[in-house]
Amino acid sequence: MQKSIRIFIVVAFLALVAVVPVMAQGNNTLVMARSADTTGLDPHTQTAFASFRLLELIYEPLVNLDADLNIVPGLAESWAFSDDAKTLTMNLRQGVKFHDGSDFTSADVKATFERILNEDTGAAGRANYTSIESIDTPDDNTVVFNLSLADVPLLAAMTSLNSAIVSSEAAESGDFASTANGTGPFKLDSWVPDEKTILSANADWWGEGPYVDSVEIRIIPDESSILAALRAGEIDFAILNDPLIATLLIDDSSVTLNKVPAIAYHVLQLNPSRAPMDKLEVRQAMSCAIDRQEVLDTASLGYGTVTGPLTIPAYTVPTDQYFCYTKDLDKARELLAQAGMSDGFSIKVIAASAEPPTALSEAQNIQSQLAEIGITVEIESLELSVYVDRWLAGDFDAAVALNGGRPDPYTMYARYWTKDGNLQKVSNYIDDTLDSLMAQGRAETDPQKRYEIFAEFQKHLVEVAPWIWLYNDFEYTAQQPYVSGFIPMPTDSLYSFSQVKLEGKGG
Amino acid sequence: MFRYLLRRIITYLPTLFGVSVLVFLAIRLIPGDAITATLGTEAGMLTETQRAALQRYYGLDRPPLEQYVYWIGEAAKGNLGYSIRHGKPVLELILERFPLTLELALLAVVIALVVGIPLGLLSAIRHNSLLDLFGRLFALVGLAMPSFLVGTLIIYVLSVYFKILPNSGDYVSFAEDPSRNLQQMFFPAVTLGFAFSASVMRTTRSSMLEVLNEDYVRTARSKGLFESRVITQHALRNALIPVVTLIGIEMGYLLGGTFIVEQLFALPGLGRLVVNAISQREYALVQGAVLFVALNFGIINLAVDLFYAVIDPRISYD
Repeated sequence: MQKSIRIFIVVAFLALVAVVPVMAQGNNTLVMARSADTTGLDPHTQTAFASFRLLELIYEPLVNLDADLNIVPGLAESWAFSDDAKTLTMNLRQGVKFHDGSDFTSADVKATFERILNEDTGAAGRANYTSIESIDTPDDNTVVFNLSLADVPLLAAMTSLNSAIVSSEAAESGDFASTANGTGPFKLDSWVPDEKTILSANADWWGEGPYVDSVEIRIIPDESSILAALRAGEIDFAILNDPLIATLLIDDSSVTLNKVPAIAYHVLQLNPSRAPMDKLEVRQAMSCAIDRQEVLDTASLGYGTVTGPLTIPAYTVPTDQYFCYTKDLDKARELLAQAGMSDGFSIKVIAASAEPPTALSEAQNIQSQLAEIGITVEIESLELSVYVDRWLAGDFDAAVALNGGRPDPYTMYARYWTKDGNLQKVSNYIDDTLDSLMAQGRAETDPQKRYEIFAEFQKHLVEVAPWIWLYNDFEYTAQQPYVSGFIPMPTDSLYSFSQVKLEGKGG
Repeated sequence: MFRYLLRRIITYLPTLFGVSVLVFLAIRLIPGDAITATLGTEAGMLTETQRAALQRYYGLDRPPLEQYVYWIGEAAKGNLGYSIRHGKPVLELILERFPLTLELALLAVVIALVVGIPLGLLSAIRHNSLLDLFGRLFALVGLAMPSFLVGTLIIYVLSVYFKILPNSGDYVSFAEDPSRNLQQMFFPAVTLGFAFSASVMRTTRSSMLEVLNEDYVRTARSKGLFESRVITQHALRNALIPVVTLIGIEMGYLLGGTFIVEQLFALPGLGRLVVNAISQREYALVQGAVLFVALNFGIINLAVDLFYAVIDPRISYD
């Protein structure tokens, strides 16, 4: 029995050690947690949302987005298109410095875009900038983009981190794998992949702020552990991707939940190159058979909005103007009969196992809804990279997807719904109406006329139903009550960390 | 003894070779590569030239056989390659993560032994008593509850009721701050040790029950020895052989990384390193880490065999 007493003492001691209160962080450090880390540090080749969330604190584009997705000044203070929309002249902010102390000038802008357009770079946003024929730099603070055709969406594309400005020196021979030299509000001190990133405030930043001394980004892979860390007061701020985790905080008075409608959208992509989805009536029947609200209610507990193709607030169309946005089984059966498919058929739907976290629930709900008109759905749950591989090859009957939105309709959808779109092999559908409306929208500068063009585009797209748009949900972040100044963005951007204050953060 | 060791090492080499071929093929057989892992669906926006440039960058432009020969040749020299994402040699990364995994495994073993052996012993001695019933119930619960459930429960209770969570993504190593490190390792070790102690308890109990019915135990008793001496000197020693085997096997698994526990408690161990490397398609890192784990397994197997000789003098390797 003596032995068990000794055991008890050891265990009790260990437990005591574990319960000693945790040492506090530096008081003016913003400690943030998220589940996924950046895949790399090169702003031009990274595309994951997780990568953007870090790099947008370090690098800045020429123009930014505000919370309503309007284009606002970034490194460029003002800009103007020529009347034919074939020249874009930008006036750059003066007195801006890179983190290494060098001055930001028009030469850096020119070098950045040349790096992006150089195919050897493997830059992700290159397709958005191919209309750039040449770049002039009449003086240090002026840049002129000469375009091969009228390209209004170019400006919106420039808000992307994929066109963030790097120094001309780095653009030519820089090391983008382990260093980061931007102009943004925070400097990169250290990055240990999948563990921790430390940023310090850039005292020379051109804007007001930052008000915190540093930002510590921790990777906590399991989101329920992030939630626990918030509740235990171990972290100040968190990004939450799983709506089922985030919404647990709705009734929690000790932690503030931020939510903002996302521009990323949940969609069931059909593959119209495969029978029987090559028949318009079959695709329409599937569209009529699916109650989109029910998918939203089941998969995301109703936290979201049923949407058409465009999620950008300035371009949304009321859903009652879309074809079959009210479930109509009779019409669905009738359409199937017209296609000669009254007996139904079988398809396989691919879904990534955790990206988004709701993918499988969406697929299962769609499965049960389509069963009502005799369509048998088999769900293939795939690891993300395998899913991406199949998706890119267009190797699926249908795919449940969460696709990223863009601030401009053209940059958002030209890849899928134009005749030479890079992702035609994924969308497998195009017609003259879509192609010509896209071309008109690209050249139009008047906002009202652009709205009308893209409203028509959306209504047509929903009616021909190559994809079945479902809903957009919320981007969730959570913070302690003493965190102020953060502005939640539809793109989930953390750029407003420069305005965050930690008044009253306990010791 | 030396000849025995040498023979064991030489016979293990073909196993390592087999593992190297398997992991090399397996990671390449899964669809997707470093380019799609990094760019996601945006990889579809790349031009042919862009794609070729990225393939050169990631070293994917060489034929697989050439890649393998180069890799295994360098590995034999101790160079396991380089991780582009981490910006470090693979071996350095593995050795950075390994101490955490080793510490976690050792703590789990300690918990398993400290809880499992006495409980198993008492259960066996008081066969079919209330204590035995409790012991068996403990074993049943421990084996039936998966570590993700135990871990989640611990995290929930700590954060909601005690407002603390030592594991919130700011791991410090034992060398940096021993007390903080133990705070962070305690609950993950309990999570692992819980199920582990259940299997140790069951093995100890059944092995002990068997030994207690042996002739030499009856002889010892009939000589008039104290019961405590019979049990500790005569029975326990013999009953421990299966327990050592069990611990060896479990330890081998634990040293391969304890992914679920590392994931729940945000610990940067070997398991997470490998799983993240797989999802990022970092071939060199996956290959290097799996080879390292296979090597560990070999060493532990050898250690277990040598330890038999310590417990049971009849076993000898000379």
